[in-house]
Amino acid sequence: MARLFHSDRSVRYGLLFATSTSLLIVALIFLFLGKEALPFLANPGLTQLLGTRWIPVSFDAGSFGIVPLFTGTLLVTSLSLVLTVPLGIGAAVYIAELAAPWERRILRPLMELLTAIPTVVIGFFGLVVLGPWIKYLCALPSGMNALTASLLLAVMAFPTVVSVSEEAIRGVPAAWKRPSLALGATPLQTTWRVTVPAAAPGILAAVSLGAGRVVGETMVVLMVTGNAAQLTLWPLKSVRTMTATIALEMGEVALGSHHYRALFCIGVLLLGVTFGLNLVAQRALSRQTQSH
Amino acid sequence: MVSGGQDRDAPSKIVVDELDFWYGTRQVLHGINLRIPARRITALIGPSNCGKSTFLHTLNRMHEIVADTRLSGTILLDGQDIHHPAVDVVALRRRVGVVFQHSNPFPKSVFDNVAYGPRLQGIRQREALSEIVQRSLQQVGLWDEVKDRLARHAWDLSGGQQQRLSIARALAVDPDVLLLDEPAAALDPRATVHIEDLIGQLCERYTVVVVTHNMQQAARVSHFTAFFYEGRLIETGPTNRIFSNPREQQTDEYITGRFH
Repeated sequence: MARLFHSDRSVRYGLLFATSTSLLIVALIFLFLGKEALPFLANPGLTQLLGTRWIPVSFDAGSFGIVPLFTGTLLVTSLSLVLTVPLGIGAAVYIAELAAPWERRILRPLMELLTAIPTVVIGFFGLVVLGPWIKYLCALPSGMNALTASLLLAVMAFPTVVSVSEEAIRGVPAAWKRPSLALGATPLQTTWRVTVPAAAPGILAAVSLGAGRVVGETMVVLMVTGNAAQLTLWPLKSVRTMTATIALEMGEVALGSHHYRALFCIGVLLLGVTFGLNLVAQRALSRQTQSH
Repeated sequence: MVSGGQDRDAPSKIVVDELDFWYGTRQVLHGINLRIPARRITALIGPSNCGKSTFLHTLNRMHEIVADTRLSGTILLDGQDIHHPAVDVVALRRRVGVVFQHSNPFPKSVFDNVAYGPRLQGIRQREALSEIVQRSLQQVGLWDEVKDRLARHAWDLSGGQQQRLSIARALAVDPDVLLLDEPAAALDPRATVHIEDLIGQLCERYTVVVVTHNMQQAARVSHFTAFFYEGRLIETGPTNRIFSNPREQQTDEYITGRFH
């Protein structure tokens, strides 16, 4: 018996180790990013980061203002959410409440298929198809801008928004819909006035997860935003996101330089934002399950 | 027993004729004939799965939200066939309200719960809504308890209060008929007494049909009782007669507790 207990315990510790590994890795990444980024705050200092110009390579001292990169990410993210959230919630309502079973059987896997497309393929499509269209339609010198990127990112965030919202909508108990129907509401009125509001926390989680996906996305924005680090909130201008900046510049940067440390500061900010979005999503989801 | 229990002359509000009902291929109601008198309380009793709840739901066509059901026979409400193609089911459900056993107030404020039905009818003015909300809550005796917290979430109320809120929600659309599906099954004894008193008052204005598996409750609140067993209506009559002198052996066995 004693031996059995012994092996039982070792299995337990083994599993605990496996579980903690991921936690450990997250902690290490935070530590590593912090360690590489922090020296920048001492010299050249935080005010440098808050500047509005990102010119890291220059004959005299570079400028490391990450504000235009932040607004670039902000613009692309919010624009893609504006496009994808109403559509995504609409699609989720349709699949959860209105679709016939056979439609559901077709639509769900198709949606999942969208996540299977490699991001570089989506970027490629943007580069050779969507970008030129936008250029032509808006009479621009170049189609590589925030709008093009947002359209593609909207497509990428769509499945996340739909599947998480749909789950929340399906989770609303029939006991809440029945009284609404019994009061003379049509099924559609019941959906809009009872089901969707009741699923609001889950839908918020869906939007946060979708936003997290867009904020962290690198390949597509690298390919189609134009990568001009300018401070703008106009969708038809080229922008550069935080992710693209790290991807573009980290490979060639001198180890330990100000530029190197500035890139790590961007990394910390990026991680903070996605971490925050995930936290919002998780809290919203737990609220959704509690309320049932 | 409520006074008026002997009153056989009340006009019929609902007349059910030869009603059969199927879930898929399973027949759950067999040839039900029943007349439900206006402004009286009719109790539907019987063991679990005897068809009494299903029957209740056919009275405002709530069975239609379940897929694959079939119905034959007629149900007349004020002489009009409620399954006639020209009948608007939405309008029907406004005339015939339901309160469910687990009626779960909507995840909204007390005010918005009661105002839900009137808003569906297009009433938007705050004063008009406030008036309806106050009247409905007064009718169920909840107004004095909640008038200072109408904006609070409905789930902050106690179980008994939530059930009265559900009744107020059904009354807010000003129905003729109120169907109550085991309205006190999930409540503690005190809240149950409260609901039963309320049901007694409601029949002054409404035709009430109440499903209950609690025979004492049926005896206490209703004027008429219909006993269902295995999808058939075994016996119906004034409540005091059913409970004191049942004609059918099955009724007798059920009300004396020999089977459940």
